[in-house]
Amino acid sequence: MRIWWTIIGLTLTTVVLKALGPVVFGGRDPHPAFMRVVAMMAPALLAALVVTTALADGKHVGVGADTIGVLVGGVLLWRGRSVVLSVLVAVVVTAALRAVS
Amino acid sequence: MRDSFRTGVRLGMPYAAVGFVLSMSFGVLAREAGFSALQAIVMSAIVFAGSAQFAALAVLASGGSAAAAIAAGTMMNGRFLAMGMALAPSLPGGPGRRAAQGQAVVDASWALANRGDGSFDRGLLFGTTAPQYVTWFVGTLIGAYAGDLLGDTGRFGLDAIFPTFFLGILIDELRRPRSRLVAICGAAIALVLVPFTPAGVPILAAAAAALLGLRR
Repeated sequence: MRIWWTIIGLTLTTVVLKALGPVVFGGRDPHPAFMRVVAMMAPALLAALVVTTALADGKHVGVGADTIGVLVGGVLLWRGRSVVLSVLVAVVVTAALRAVS
Repeated sequence: MRDSFRTGVRLGMPYAAVGFVLSMSFGVLAREAGFSALQAIVMSAIVFAGSAQFAALAVLASGGSAAAAIAAGTMMNGRFLAMGMALAPSLPGGPGRRAAQGQAVVDASWALANRGDGSFDRGLLFGTTAPQYVTWFVGTLIGAYAGDLLGDTGRFGLDAIFPTFFLGILIDELRRPRSRLVAICGAAIALVLVPFTPAGVPILAAAAAALLGLRR
């Protein structure tokens, strides 16, 4: 039952979290200052997602094989290579480093 | 709307492919943690939030209670609160309809539908999410039933996929100089909080960096 309760509970909180913003902040013309903040949400959240997925392992922050892989992928992206190629290289580098360590 | 939905489906394909692999590993790990195949599949079908599912699974696998698992998953999803706030002005209709449309938000679709001026392309949002939902469901199904054949998916370096993907979207954002300081602050807030807060909280807190947008 523990598992079913988790599924039901997490479904409810996820629905509420996704609905709250559109319900509370929608339906009226937004203040220009609000829109300026919103426009900056993407870089803030994306940067946080990237560093936490690449550098954090649980509560520990450190460099792992995946960090190096992402870094190499990032250099390719920065130089204008395609996303698919960059991701592929990131995965191969990560797997290779794990294989030798 | 129809055109942007089609464009969204096309843009969503690479993310759907990644989601397929991730959801397959979710199915495998869920079975190992004591889920029935049905439970794993139902969870992916109605929660449909990868990082939250993995967080809840980790709690359950280590013997935690349902309440602890729900709390971990919910905090992981905290960023949807910030994403929903940002999306709100771009959604038409009454509160019920807006709430329903808000359910379509997942990380990649939110980021891709973002026009960069504070508004969002709704068709693109729905289109990008659609293929991701399909592969998330099918991947879990396969992982839950055929997991034994796959073994440990961690060694393939798949954990490098998501950060690199998001890095790609982020680098596009950084073309605007104002975004750079915001990104650095968001990353710093998140990293500082990682050792001290439950998973997910650092990302939600990083949204505060967007307040720098108030500066003229």
